[in-house]
Amino acid sequence: MIAKLRAQNLEPYLLLLPSTIFLLLFFAWPMFRALSLAILNDEGQFTLAHIQRMTSDVAFWDAIRNTFILLITIIPLQFILALIMALIVTSGLRGSGLLIYFYALPIAISDLAAGIVWFAVFTERGYLNTLLTNLGILDKPFIFLNIQTSWPLIAVIIAEVWRATSIVFVILVAGLQGIPKEYNEAAEIFGANWYTRLWRVTLPMLRPSIQVALILRTILAFQVFAVVVALTGGNLRVLALEAFRWYGDFRNANVAAAYAALILIFSMIVSVVYLRTLRSPETELTG
Amino acid sequence: MRKKLILVALLLVLALVAVACQPQTVEVTRVVTQTETVEVTRVVTETIEVEGEPVVVTQVVVETVTVEVPAEQPDFGKVVILSTQGVPVEEAEKMRGIVLADFPGEPEFIGVEEPVLLDRVLAEAEAGEGSVDVVIALHGTFPTLQAADALMDLSDLAAELSDRGIPDAFMELGKLGTEDTQYYIPLMQATYIFAANKVALDYLPEGADPDALTWDDIYNWAQNIANETGENKLGFPAGDRGLMHRFLEGYIYPSFTGGMVSNFKSEEAVAMWEFMRNLWQYTNPQSTTYAFMQEQLLSEEVWVAFDHTARLKDAFEQRPDDFIALPSPTGPAGLGFMPVIVGVGIPKNAPNPEGAMEMIRYLLEDETQINILREIGFFPATGVEFPGFVSTGIRLEGEAVAKQAASPNALPALLPVGLGERGGEINKIYRDTFTRIILNGEDIPTVLEEEGAKLQALLEETGAPCWPPDPPSEGACQVR
Amino acid sequence: MSSKRTWFSSRSLLYVVALLIALYILVPIYLITISAFSPRNAVFDYPKPFFPKAFSVETLSFFLNSFGVLESVQMSIIVAILTLVLSLLIGAPAGYTLARYVFVGKDSYRLAILSTRAFPIVILAIPLAVTFIRWDLDDTAIGVALLHTAMALPTTILVTSSVFVSVSKELEEAAMVLGCSRFGAFRRVALPLALPGLAASAIFTFVLSWNEVFAAAILTLQNPTLPARLVVQLNQSPLPFKFAGGFFILVPAIVFMLFVRRYLFTLWGVKLK
Repeated sequence: MIAKLRAQNLEPYLLLLPSTIFLLLFFAWPMFRALSLAILNDEGQFTLAHIQRMTSDVAFWDAIRNTFILLITIIPLQFILALIMALIVTSGLRGSGLLIYFYALPIAISDLAAGIVWFAVFTERGYLNTLLTNLGILDKPFIFLNIQTSWPLIAVIIAEVWRATSIVFVILVAGLQGIPKEYNEAAEIFGANWYTRLWRVTLPMLRPSIQVALILRTILAFQVFAVVVALTGGNLRVLALEAFRWYGDFRNANVAAAYAALILIFSMIVSVVYLRTLRSPETELTG
Repeated sequence: MRKKLILVALLLVLALVAVACQPQTVEVTRVVTQTETVEVTRVVTETIEVEGEPVVVTQVVVETVTVEVPAEQPDFGKVVILSTQGVPVEEAEKMRGIVLADFPGEPEFIGVEEPVLLDRVLAEAEAGEGSVDVVIALHGTFPTLQAADALMDLSDLAAELSDRGIPDAFMELGKLGTEDTQYYIPLMQATYIFAANKVALDYLPEGADPDALTWDDIYNWAQNIANETGENKLGFPAGDRGLMHRFLEGYIYPSFTGGMVSNFKSEEAVAMWEFMRNLWQYTNPQSTTYAFMQEQLLSEEVWVAFDHTARLKDAFEQRPDDFIALPSPTGPAGLGFMPVIVGVGIPKNAPNPEGAMEMIRYLLEDETQINILREIGFFPATGVEFPGFVSTGIRLEGEAVAKQAASPNALPALLPVGLGERGGEINKIYRDTFTRIILNGEDIPTVLEEEGAKLQALLEETGAPCWPPDPPSEGACQVR
Repeated sequence: MSSKRTWFSSRSLLYVVALLIALYILVPIYLITISAFSPRNAVFDYPKPFFPKAFSVETLSFFLNSFGVLESVQMSIIVAILTLVLSLLIGAPAGYTLARYVFVGKDSYRLAILSTRAFPIVILAIPLAVTFIRWDLDDTAIGVALLHTAMALPTTILVTSSVFVSVSKELEEAAMVLGCSRFGAFRRVALPLALPGLAASAIFTFVLSWNEVFAAAILTLQNPTLPARLVVQLNQSPLPFKFAGGFFILVPAIVFMLFVRRYLFTLWGVKLK
């Protein structure tokens, strides 16, 4: 058996070693310790008290509901928009170099800055009300960020789509590039129209990129909170914000750890689903 | 195309550099000189001629000379100050450039938010290796540090500074409920008031005295404004970063029920929440995003606002003629108000404890205390008399503060003591109660029953006795 | 070229859509820029001006001259570059491995890597700070860069692996048939083809490090990165300074994008035109 383990079989593991060691050292150990706080009491014995405290908290179900609403609205919107953007810049328009730059710009924008910008747009005496009043649609400012309406949620969606679509866009463009254009040309010769080619050639070929972008975006969407704080004053509850508040403001690392564990579990479940359903064909090198 | 873009980028960079080269707004340089009178002894040797003979005479002369010398102060070295107060950019610059400028050493003022300060000091305590010398923070920040045993006992320093006129009650707060350990020394104080745009005064209800408003006046005022302008112009800092919980704990609860905790679910409390619910109809619904009411006052999104004096200051400073400061209103049980105490402490493993001690002495000197008031708008903790040369904005605030403290039915509410590191959780209870009753429209008695139970549990678990304005208790404070 | 023309039924429609999306992205950036360059009190005006009536660098220059900002910019640049180099050095081999090898534990490895990204870093503040203080990495550029690398690695590994998957393995095999070693084939064939993707991943890393607040705030004290220094200002300073700070943190990142865009675009350009 051991003799069969040729050097080549060890190669992947050797290549993975640096990243594994690095993450273990700097992340995994503190993470493990922090997570254990969720299920241990002060004496270090197992307890469910912190988790019960989390689930019985007033904000808990709101936070779960809002987080998932944001997830299922933002991610599809981002993918549709990013795909349109990617197809636009690869369709050979004049000025597509400039478009690529513009479309990729929000990647560079911190969520703090994004929060400030969009608050200036949506606040009562903000740009949106100015615009709508100038156009004669409103005669006095409308209060968008009233937490008793759904507007704050919509504002968060618009701001998040603005801020984080670029990352999907860049991943998709990088993926589109790898598709040999002969494939599309061949399909065209066989009479496939644009829509069929998109659906049958481009999208399937983009699968690995889509998978990566989906996983990353979903994981990051679970952690969104800076924009939420800016636009709703934190009164729209989301999971990551609750973790932050319990840790930073209420100084209860146990409940905060319970929230963190929940975010981790949700993220992992979703990642497994993506990895299974969007499995890309193995491309092993032989020889 | 690419060249153009690069050109634009270069222009941007150049613009930034040009901006950076503008003259600085805060002057930092300051030469410290000191005039001293010294007795100088010197030996004078003279040659005089006595009867044609040169004779050498040596005599000792004592003279008094006045010399001007640069003050030769000992250098206390680098003192790293971590502070949650005075952090907005202008205030921080004034802390560095003016307030701390005369310290005999090298002060390094670092402004951070409370969670970062706590994480930092707690981590240094756990690692057993410190780099922070002085901590400046709100009273409520210290119990968490106390619980981790991260602070030095400053009893000796407190005794030494007893002539500075710091009120005993404040000093006592600095002991955080212990008998003989001084965890922090009170450094400065502030409180909460109402601020109003002068335009709003036209809508003040008949016969209402702006300097002695009642809560009903506030309600009628907000209602008048809403009826006549069609907009809700009353605002509260009810965002996460706002201080709404202090409004509930220190103002409206005491004003209606006479206490903060013990009447939490009383009939008076139910009446108070009904009042709040009515008031909220005329409150700007975007209040749930507000944190610093000076912004909404300046943008005129609201005309009447409640907040911490330091968070209203910019409005008074920018447009002193347009805003007035109002003492807090009176309710059926009196005029509840809450002081804000900012303390200064030293972490246990501070690298430069001598320098840190000297820094505290320096901060409590009369001149520093007045500089603090003038530059960052916090009132002295010591007994220093402050002359009238503060800016209009701060003077306006100061008058309102003085009036509310001097009111015959004043009910000063102290900050929670005895809850220890769980002090943050009491704020959550009050805020959750607010969210459920006002924003979610839940049934008042039910919410008060449920949240009251959480409050009682918190008091039992920490064993905290009642604190003013609630009457003293044997054992843990009881919620009625 | 003819194939391109039919991708969208009408080219003018395509231009309109392209323009609308560009506006959605650019208008907010424009708004923060004019706010940053407005006189202090103009920020509170209503109705809001869409074209600045007066130009002022008062708040911006105060911000730039305030204590330590320029040092922080320097610190941020050092940290971001260190992070970029470290994460590519450590992450790219792992990405290549995921793309090209079949081995036991591949999915577990992938999930383990992802879990580090899925965990809210805020919760780790104290344990991380304690560790870094004990290792004497506290308040140093390399300390922050190490943690940023740990945060960036999942992205780097995943993105580079998706890049290598899309680089045709046949070309690499051909190179090996023609006498290249495996490493040689990688270096001469796969790497050049993967460059745009690697550049994309480098951008993510740089930007992550440039904008990261929590780790930087807890691991630095006297030498904070720019966001660590600005976060408290963005939360607590009066509105005009928030705009100035928001704009200021934006500009270097935008300029950086401008320069790396060339790497993305030259390669795309070859392909597209």
